[in-house]
Amino acid sequence: MTSPENSSPTERIGVYVCHCGTNIAGTVDVEDVAQWAAGRLKHRGVVIARDYKFMCSSLGQEMIEKDIKELGLTRVVVAACSPHLHEQTFRTACKRAGLNPYLCELVSIREQVSWVHTDKVAATGKAKAVVSGGVERVVHHEALEPLRVPIHPATLVVGGGIAGIQAALEIADGGFPVIMIEREPSIGGHMAQFDKTFPTLDCAACILTPRMVSVGTHPNLTLLTYSEVTRVEGYVGNFTVTVRKKARYVKTDLCTGCGVCQEKCPKKIIDEIYEAGLGYRKAIYVPFPQAVPKYPVIDHENCTYFQKGTCKACEKFCPTGAIDFNQEDEYLTLQVGNIILATGYELFDPRRIPHYGYGRLANVFTSLEFERLSNAAGPTQGRIVLRDGVTVPKAVGVIHCVGSRDRNYNNYCSAICCMQSLKFAHLVKERTGATVFNFYIDMRTPAKAYDEFYQRVLEEGTLFVRGRVAEVTDAARLAGEEGKLIIQVEDTLAGKQRRIPVDMVILSAGMQPRDDAKEVAKLFGISCSADGWYIEKHPKLDPVATMTEGIFIAGCVQGPKDIPTTVNQGAAAAARVLGRIQQKEIALEPVRASINEARCSGCRICNNLCPFNAILFHEDRMVSEVNPALCQGCGTCVAACPAGAITGTGFSNEQVLAQIEGLLMLNLDGGRRVAEKAEAVLA
Amino acid sequence: MTKYLLYPGCSLESNARAYHDSLMAISEPLGLELEEIHDWNCCGATEYVGISLTPAYALISRNLALAAKQANGTRTVVAPCSACYLNLAKADYYMRESPKLGVKVNTALAAGDMHYTPGSLQIRHLLDVIMNDIGLETVKRSVVRPLTGLRVAPYLGCMVPRPDYEHRWSNPEYPIELDRVLKALGAEVIDFPLKTHCCGGHMTQIGPDVAYELIRRLVHAAAEYRADMMVTLCPMCQLNIDAYQGEMNRHFGTNYRMPILFFTQLMGLAFGKEPEELGIGKELVNARAALARIGVEVPPAEVAPAPRKPRRPKEALPMPHMPEDMEVNQ
Repeated sequence: MTSPENSSPTERIGVYVCHCGTNIAGTVDVEDVAQWAAGRLKHRGVVIARDYKFMCSSLGQEMIEKDIKELGLTRVVVAACSPHLHEQTFRTACKRAGLNPYLCELVSIREQVSWVHTDKVAATGKAKAVVSGGVERVVHHEALEPLRVPIHPATLVVGGGIAGIQAALEIADGGFPVIMIEREPSIGGHMAQFDKTFPTLDCAACILTPRMVSVGTHPNLTLLTYSEVTRVEGYVGNFTVTVRKKARYVKTDLCTGCGVCQEKCPKKIIDEIYEAGLGYRKAIYVPFPQAVPKYPVIDHENCTYFQKGTCKACEKFCPTGAIDFNQEDEYLTLQVGNIILATGYELFDPRRIPHYGYGRLANVFTSLEFERLSNAAGPTQGRIVLRDGVTVPKAVGVIHCVGSRDRNYNNYCSAICCMQSLKFAHLVKERTGATVFNFYIDMRTPAKAYDEFYQRVLEEGTLFVRGRVAEVTDAARLAGEEGKLIIQVEDTLAGKQRRIPVDMVILSAGMQPRDDAKEVAKLFGISCSADGWYIEKHPKLDPVATMTEGIFIAGCVQGPKDIPTTVNQGAAAAARVLGRIQQKEIALEPVRASINEARCSGCRICNNLCPFNAILFHEDRMVSEVNPALCQGCGTCVAACPAGAITGTGFSNEQVLAQIEGLLMLNLDGGRRVAEKAEAVLA
Repeated sequence: MTKYLLYPGCSLESNARAYHDSLMAISEPLGLELEEIHDWNCCGATEYVGISLTPAYALISRNLALAAKQANGTRTVVAPCSACYLNLAKADYYMRESPKLGVKVNTALAAGDMHYTPGSLQIRHLLDVIMNDIGLETVKRSVVRPLTGLRVAPYLGCMVPRPDYEHRWSNPEYPIELDRVLKALGAEVIDFPLKTHCCGGHMTQIGPDVAYELIRRLVHAAAEYRADMMVTLCPMCQLNIDAYQGEMNRHFGTNYRMPILFFTQLMGLAFGKEPEELGIGKELVNARAALARIGVEVPPAEVAPAPRKPRRPKEALPMPHMPEDMEVNQ
């Protein structure tokens, strides 16, 4: 490899060391690093080295541009923050000055040096080593041109809850085609199950159903319900998606949605999805009256005809002959340019906390069960009663944070439970006059008009006990406890144990990712956190994009959130997609892997490792190939290839090894090597 | 036969002799080969750990060192007594977490020419071994006299499920392993809400009033559920509920008569062993009346059908569905 002392420089390199205010300059002697680079790296081609307070400011960028033009720089090394943050900034600056942007290298002396060290001398030494590595590396850089790919104007929206509905309507209204896929027979999602929405208490159905109807009738929208995505191929601008359209056993062109089939079907089952297990449906069913589309489906597993071979009551009574028992699943292939994932959340299963009694004690309800109980279209027509279906509770306890903020289950806050519990308290009070207790850890009411709602519920006389509930039990011990559910809790404000007998307990269960979230993420080639929430490109500045180009996320699939925030994200994802479509083509980073076919042994190790499904295998020639539009340049395959057949543009072996040499081969502080210095720091 | 090193502890030689005898009786049908640790000593119970930590852990670890030395072909120490189990597991866990403690303990052990490498043994409770190694299928296969008609309240007390160092239990607050074993024997198991609540422990000696109240809660709840008896896996719990029930009754002017047996005794009965062999009759609150219900061998077909649950009213809302392995009897 390069021998720093002997080779004569071929490039004219500029080195720019950033203070980042005191972020870097507080721990690293940046002036010293710049002076050192100007002197000691001169023989490697460094013709200028400067330090500046904020290199990313327009003055800092102009300084670099001026040097490129006046000193004829052919390479630029910026020592500043992580490339995640400002690589684009400095590349663009180089481009403005006429230098190919990929001849600029950003090395991190903030995240990897100043923020993680306290010893200024050692940190300064390490910063020099990092700069030296950058200089050695940049010599081997090549001028690259971004890839340009056309964008298909259609967008796929996966999930028909309020997030997907919002995103789909925004894009469709913008004049571009949208295809929406929903797993259940109707769109609407969780919001369709709710009665009232906090904090304004407007009726969920009244605000949601007009949107649902628009989705069903919009000329730019194609709705595929009772369908699932089974395969995703291609890349940003050109995805090919395979969808399984499950057999409905109902001819939608003949069905009028009259509902006679539902009425006549003899098979009644508990509706675990829409009614949250609290009500019944038939084997042929429309989940709820306002469903979009209005056509029913036959639930194959529970249909008497499919299980026993006789019945066909629905067919006999259908006035238009729309029932078709011979339908089969269909597979559709769709072409789309962008994909928005809005697959939502699942309720935490409170059976996992047996001492709260859900599933054991009849009058313990989940929050979703209570939504159905209080819903005028629910199993009790909105009467709030115990599980016997008739008794009105006189005292109700609402337990917050069930499965949230709990290291045994989920560490995170589910964001909606406080407000939801306040809403429950209000509804119980309004409809039954019962005494309501809220058991909370902390009240979290941060959004617009939320705390005002909390004040209102306080004034209505709901009682608040601060403390995590220890257990809900039916073991009566004291007078007045017989036949009640007793909530045992430490009141942390009063500093004492309380036993509060109630008739009904509502568990404000948290949100968690859908149980197939990880498989779905893999299907679309995006990543999820350890909890299972999908990871956005940047938690603050790019909350709806993902690391995979062309795939966006919206709503609770990204993390727990309320309806307003979900709608915001749906609209934001739509705006991102609309912007893309209108450009008609997209420029892709040229940092890509490529396979030298002559050296590829066809072992296929790289095929499964690729997190973006970018590597395909040619069975005929027995070699793998990287699809450059799909590749995100992560380098996993480059490192894994046992034959060394894969090269990463911008991450070639030559470049990486030169950088390592630059890091390690320097003599610093009068003969001590960086490695020794590093050891000293570690010890 | 799977081999285990048995740490019986002092209770099993005295007040909980019935636990020991019944364990010996069921070990053969279950395929449980138990080899007692030679020359074992006191586990320190609850007191010593409260007084001086290093000597307490050294005392406990002497047993672990002996066991590790004796271990031929097994790494598992099984303790039927919950206090013994917790102390052994705790010492092993703390020494793994804090190598400093391990060094101190081993310095002490060195005086007796002994050594224990933390983590080299698995410390497990008997119920865990029966559930997870032997398995419910084997238990069911060994049943020759199902306990049909016997209503039992499973009671674990506090020390076995918590703290759950190795995450062995279904849920440390509400474990259902004991329920499932008793169900496998054919008993009618009530969903006992106080299954991990305190029995009073040593408060019977320090503050009897506190202990009486704790015992009353347990016995009262079991009686409310119409249990024929309570069933436990802890000698301390058994002693408190059995031996102090009379004093508790005198204290409150109540008249509870709630027998409490070890789960191994019921397993023995279901496996067709004779009551004497299982130490039945040694308990103070007599279980004879309760056991009379299963004293006669009735072939399953002739068992009177369980009384039908009252029909749910038409307007009643459905109960949430429970997966089979989480289900408990009502």
